[in-house]
Amino acid sequence: MDLNFGADAEEFRTEVREFFADNRANFPTQSYDTAEGFEQHRRWDQILFDAGLSVITWPAKYGGRDATLLQWVVYEEEYFRAGAPGRASANGISMLAPTLFSHGSEEQLDRVLPKMASGEEIWAQAWSEPESGSDLASLRSTAIKVDGGWKLNGQKIWSSRAVFGDRAFGLFRSDPQAQRHRGLTYFMFDLKAEGVTVRPIAQLGGDTGFGEIFLDDVFVPDDDVIGAPNEGWKAAMSTSSNERGMSLRSPARFLAPAERLVAAWKANPDPVFTDRVADAWIKAQAYRLHTFGTVTRVAGGGELGAESSVTKVFWSDLDVEIHQTALDLRGSDGELADSWTEGYLFALGGPIYAGTNEIQRNIIAERLLGLPRESQGQAR
Amino acid sequence: MNFEIDEDQRDFAKSIDAALGAADLPAAVRAWAEGETGPGRKVWATLTELGVTALAVPEEQDGIGAHPVDLMVALERLGRWNVPGPVAESLAVAPVLLAGDDRAAALASGELITTVAAVGFMPRAVDAHFADLILIASGGEVQEGTAGEAHQSVDLSRKLFDVSASGPTWSGDVDRAVEFGALATAALLIGAGQALLDTSVDYAKQRTQFGRVIGSYQAIKHKLADVHIALELARPLVYGAALSLADAAPETARDVSAAKVAACDAGLLAARSALQTHGAIGFTSEHDLSLWLLRVQALRSAWGDPAAHRRRLLEVLDV
Repeated sequence: MDLNFGADAEEFRTEVREFFADNRANFPTQSYDTAEGFEQHRRWDQILFDAGLSVITWPAKYGGRDATLLQWVVYEEEYFRAGAPGRASANGISMLAPTLFSHGSEEQLDRVLPKMASGEEIWAQAWSEPESGSDLASLRSTAIKVDGGWKLNGQKIWSSRAVFGDRAFGLFRSDPQAQRHRGLTYFMFDLKAEGVTVRPIAQLGGDTGFGEIFLDDVFVPDDDVIGAPNEGWKAAMSTSSNERGMSLRSPARFLAPAERLVAAWKANPDPVFTDRVADAWIKAQAYRLHTFGTVTRVAGGGELGAESSVTKVFWSDLDVEIHQTALDLRGSDGELADSWTEGYLFALGGPIYAGTNEIQRNIIAERLLGLPRESQGQAR
Repeated sequence: MNFEIDEDQRDFAKSIDAALGAADLPAAVRAWAEGETGPGRKVWATLTELGVTALAVPEEQDGIGAHPVDLMVALERLGRWNVPGPVAESLAVAPVLLAGDDRAAALASGELITTVAAVGFMPRAVDAHFADLILIASGGEVQEGTAGEAHQSVDLSRKLFDVSASGPTWSGDVDRAVEFGALATAALLIGAGQALLDTSVDYAKQRTQFGRVIGSYQAIKHKLADVHIALELARPLVYGAALSLADAAPETARDVSAAKVAACDAGLLAARSALQTHGAIGFTSEHDLSLWLLRVQALRSAWGDPAAHRRRLLEVLDV
């Protein structure tokens, strides 16, 4: 066992650190969930792309640099240490791209990935429907086969980046006779296409972070079906495993604020907060080391499975804990809006999105501990 | 970067599991609590046969000179099987305090089971009545001691002894020994916590109420999922700290404290959740659950309670 990064990774760290130091002035200053902020983030993606630092783990031909997972960890450590903001393109990069790598055609990879990497096309997710949240397989939006493609109809909701984004991906019921997860097809579609209406939804902090998408006879060409028709569930599960897995949440995202929290406490070390401040750092460090175990396993050919549910619950609860502690530490100034309250509101969504933590605990109990499935309750 | 237990370490763990799994530890622990240490002594003889007592002793003194990670792998298994006696003390702390001392060879051979009191984190010596040697560590000095008054632990199989200095003094790396004591205890807690989780999962799969096995209810599922999460995330802190100890890294105190805190809390969550899952049967002395449950409570305060380690962590943490 060792925790040595090795000379290559350290050399890469130096390069990345210098890049971020030189590009501080280019960091977006506004939330990507505002019109102006979104365009700042699009420019930031382009700057990263030009430097070969947008999607480092991808193959070079799509704009990546074939980086190892360890280099990715290093990159993320430097990214968040520099104080750079979360990416508007994360939905596409962390969820759609892994699905395309597993299930997409060569043509789709060539067409979609480079524009995703450069920020030219920013993707929204379109998973949930008003009646299908945690129970995604019950979704009702339809896809009907027509000449050369499909007609999509229905309604998607809680679609992150749908308000300012360019394209979206999600599941539609293509075989109305099939039950639940059978008969679903995975589509990519244009948010500006005829028949698409996006209604912005203001989040609790005021930004329009997600939207409701109405689809009324929206034509989508066959080329925008990922995998085989009626086989969308399988492809989507590989996406959700990525969304829930490490690719979306690097340890640096939590260690950086945990260290800021410790520094804030050290400036005024109130013993009442000793336990909570210590625990915030300990858990962030635990998540970091746990990730190194995953990096080792994946490098050895292993896969992320249901265990990504373990990390999802852990980091999302930790994120809330770090920020709640930071606000409480400030006493009567706790409610004053600043980057900590902003981070707090963002963190509150973590236990809900990407599969609620309750669903994740079911997955852990059933797939990792081997406990039996709950028998179906009576529907209302 | 290679942060996984390797095949040799997994095989070693399996060989410990096979030997201790066949040794009827619950009977040995119950006998120990009654003052009958014979069956427990047999378990310790098994540890010697497995090479566990020699792990931390240098090769020059007929030990194995194993990497701290190997030692933690073994200790996690010993926690899993609830081995009675001064486990962390004799296997992890004493080898540091007896570095360069001829008696270390007797530690390796199992002839000199040793308990330790360390001023600060471990003021009393556990199971001094069973130990062949009592050491007292303070500042940079080590001294032989004599057992005084015995205090019963909440864990019926542990007795804690006041000690007084009674023999020669020598200088030793007490700081390092204390780190080994705290980390060894963390590894024992992870093993005990895992045993509590495994037992609870087995029970939840067979116990039926309201016409369904209780493991199908989310109230139980979510509780046990949380235990799994806590153990999975605490374990890397233990092995990360073992690497820091191996390198005598400047972050050692920070990493050991983090590991001890996380292991204490994961162990406690496992214990509480196990008891709730079992219900009243888990509250009986007849059921083996109580042996692990009370061990976890005892080990929480051994070699630095969680509050002390949190304070120390924040003191040394450089941000």
